[in-house]
Amino acid sequence: MSETSIVETQEPLQEGMAGVVSDFSSDKQSFHVHWGKAMMWIFLLSDTFIFSSFLIGYMTVRMSAQDPWPLTSEVFALSMGGEPIPLLLIAIMTFILITSSGTMAMAVNMGYRKEKKKTFYLMLATAILGASFVGMQVFEWSKLILDEGVRPWANPMGASQFGAAFFMITGFHGMHVTGGVIYLLVVAFRVKNGFYERRGNDYSIVEIAGLYWHFVDLVWVFIFAFFYLW
Amino acid sequence: MSYVALVDRDHEQDHHDPDTFLTKYVWSQDHKVIAIQYGGLAILVGVVALVLSVLMRLQLGFPNEFALINPESYYQFVTMHGMIMVVYLLTALFLGGFGNYLIPLMCGSRDMVFPFLNMLSVWVYFLSVIILIASFFVPGGATGAGWTLYPPQSLSGGTPGTDMGIILMLVSLGVFIVAATMGGLNYVTTVLQYRCKGMTLMRLPLSVWGIFTATILALLAFPALLVSAIMMILDHSVGTSFFMPAMISEGQQLSYNDGSPILFQHLFWFFGHPEVYIVALPAFGLVSDVLATHARKNIFGYRMMVWAILAIGGLSFIVWAHHMYVSGMNPYFGFFFATTTLIIAVPTALKVYNWVLTLWQGNIHLRVPMLFAIGFIFTFIHGGLTGLFLGNVTIDLPLSDTYFVVAHFHMVMGVSPVLVVFASIYHWFPLMSGKMFNETLGKWHFWLTFLGAYAVYLPMHYLGFQGVPRRYFSLGTTDFLPESAHTLNASITISAIILALAQLLFFINIFISLRNGKKAKPNCWGATSLEWLTPDTPPKHGNWGHDLPEVHRWAYDYSVPGQSQDFTPQTVPASEVPVGRDHGVDHDT
Ligand code: HEM
Ligand SMILES: [Cu+2]
Repeated sequence: MSETSIVETQEPLQEGMAGVVSDFSSDKQSFHVHWGKAMMWIFLLSDTFIFSSFLIGYMTVRMSAQDPWPLTSEVFALSMGGEPIPLLLIAIMTFILITSSGTMAMAVNMGYRKEKKKTFYLMLATAILGASFVGMQVFEWSKLILDEGVRPWANPMGASQFGAAFFMITGFHGMHVTGGVIYLLVVAFRVKNGFYERRGNDYSIVEIAGLYWHFVDLVWVFIFAFFYLW
Repeated sequence: MSYVALVDRDHEQDHHDPDTFLTKYVWSQDHKVIAIQYGGLAILVGVVALVLSVLMRLQLGFPNEFALINPESYYQFVTMHGMIMVVYLLTALFLGGFGNYLIPLMCGSRDMVFPFLNMLSVWVYFLSVIILIASFFVPGGATGAGWTLYPPQSLSGGTPGTDMGIILMLVSLGVFIVAATMGGLNYVTTVLQYRCKGMTLMRLPLSVWGIFTATILALLAFPALLVSAIMMILDHSVGTSFFMPAMISEGQQLSYNDGSPILFQHLFWFFGHPEVYIVALPAFGLVSDVLATHARKNIFGYRMMVWAILAIGGLSFIVWAHHMYVSGMNPYFGFFFATTTLIIAVPTALKVYNWVLTLWQGNIHLRVPMLFAIGFIFTFIHGGLTGLFLGNVTIDLPLSDTYFVVAHFHMVMGVSPVLVVFASIYHWFPLMSGKMFNETLGKWHFWLTFLGAYAVYLPMHYLGFQGVPRRYFSLGTTDFLPESAHTLNASITISAIILALAQLLFFINIFISLRNGKKAKPNCWGATSLEWLTPDTPPKHGNWGHDLPEVHRWAYDYSVPGQSQDFTPQTVPASEVPVGRDHGVDHDT
């Protein structure tokens, strides 16, 4: 093959490992995706390291704490009809967040089909689910703070690191969700206004926002496992 | 459906030029202007750190002669000096400065992928610098915890700056991380997704590889610092006990309990060690290009150089606890981390061999950039060898926290990268400004800096063996130190002052060259890489005029046999000049 022909032919995409190699040895771009999407992936990789550091920090202080760790199934129980049901609220919150990932995935699909209206409503639904997650988190925090006397520096049930790690990590995650809700709303209304229609009818941004949203969801699963189930 | 590369749609975009002074130079989204803003600001804070180091040296060389410097302020100077040099000068200068300037030009693109984000990055960096400098002026002054900020002493009484200083330092670091992330996402995405036609990854100049890999390290290492900063702020201001154990300070039982100071050290060095390579890898890349250009030879073992950069980058994440041999870790950890540390020396040594082999039988032009680049090889070998000693647990135990360590890290991550900074500034100055610098002044600057650095740091190795401890305000009279150690300290201080003053030559040179320098010819060094091939010198907004360049070969076709000129730019087609050695996609050539 001569020197110039390689760069001029638009090679057909290859499968599997060969595809990875050919992508990485190609000119112009290494991934056949939108700039924004590539950037979002890289950002999420970086964000993964943030949450991993948080969780590792939490595990370490949990081990270094001398006082007993509060029993999560009791602390996070919710009374229903006089009976405490462990982890009820968290189960609902988790369910809501997972559902919102579903609506988001549908929104991405509709975005690719250029169905403006459906994309908008599905994104709106995702944002509302996200907002209600944050609302429940506020409820949970206030219950812990007001009713059970949990503080970042101390709590009546045991190790003070419990409150510290809990408020820090769920707070940081909650901020991610809140930011995500705002981001989704901005994109949703731009979809509705035809902003993307005027720009080459390109709805990739819906998918990019979706990536972020799924990530925030995934992180929650880890927080859930490490904090509430352990 | 595959996504169409944006370079292929170049003509659909409109590249309207900014026209007012504000949009051109202040709120500019042009990567070249942003690069100069980043670099200029970094050098400015760097000067602050330099002045601090001279103040420290005055105290060390002539104890208690200067009323301005008392034990508290000495600690503040140590801390601010170290932090500024590592983070706010070198990281910002290499990634924000050189990264911004060179990546789009060397990749053959018009700008970074998201110019607006890029502009935000520099302004957020500016904010972080303001917060940092503000900490000098708050009640209690700047923090004096050492640049490693280890708790519990960074938060407990007796250390200067525990009320406001430490908070401002942590907040400033957090803001810096935001800035570095915004910039870093841009650099990585630009290298991956926005290269011109024919520019494969394996045809990129090593500068781009070094900066690219360092940026990835930054994106993965800064999170640990961010998290530890957040946790420390909470410990300080909210009263949590992440890092703070139960302790008695100044006769008072503090309200902390059961925190883990070692956790902080792990998080810090998980950031801190890659940080060393965030500073070193760009230097490796840049110096490779300077060496090849001024030796008129292709870089020796290009492919090996790329893989070495990547290997060092990867390994740098599993060596961090070699900074913690004396922290009371499990000894088996020490064994593990000593092993990985020594393994990382393999790709590093490989790079050094390749630089030397690049010079071997080259047509070496000892111009100012080349002098600095060769100086770097010396200082880096020197600092690297002492690193091999410190990497071994048994040797590190007695040397830890002595001046041997100070000498080691200044050689390897202070002097060496700074020499590359100067090499690169002199090398690319004609391109950036369109003017030539003054050779004579530049040569004086080099020799004073190079010899000055040795006069300062070589004796410190000896002091370290004598047992002079690091971070001490004053040694007083000690039995184990001979009188000559004090004389040596005075001599180091005098050298340091000369070294610091020599940097004025650099600023004078830049200043007069900008005003009265000879006009630089386009591609004045006869280089092959794209940044020298722009239609205008210095390149205009959008870099390439109407058409993007097209690349046909790697960046190191120097002295191809049988050619009339000793360099073949990357844009020359293979039909005109045979490709000297191509590491592009085509394996048949
Ligand atoms: C003229 C140039 C320089 C001089 C004279 C100088 C001098 C010093 C001195 C006297 C100390 C304190 C030693 C102690 O008391 O323990 C120090 C610490 C330090 N320096 Fe430099 N330095 C210079 C350049 C640099 C550069 C370019 C870097 C960039 C990496 C750097 C990084 C550090 C660090 C990280 C520390 C440790 C701070 C700490 O212990 O917390 N220095 N330097
Ligand atoms: Cu290290």
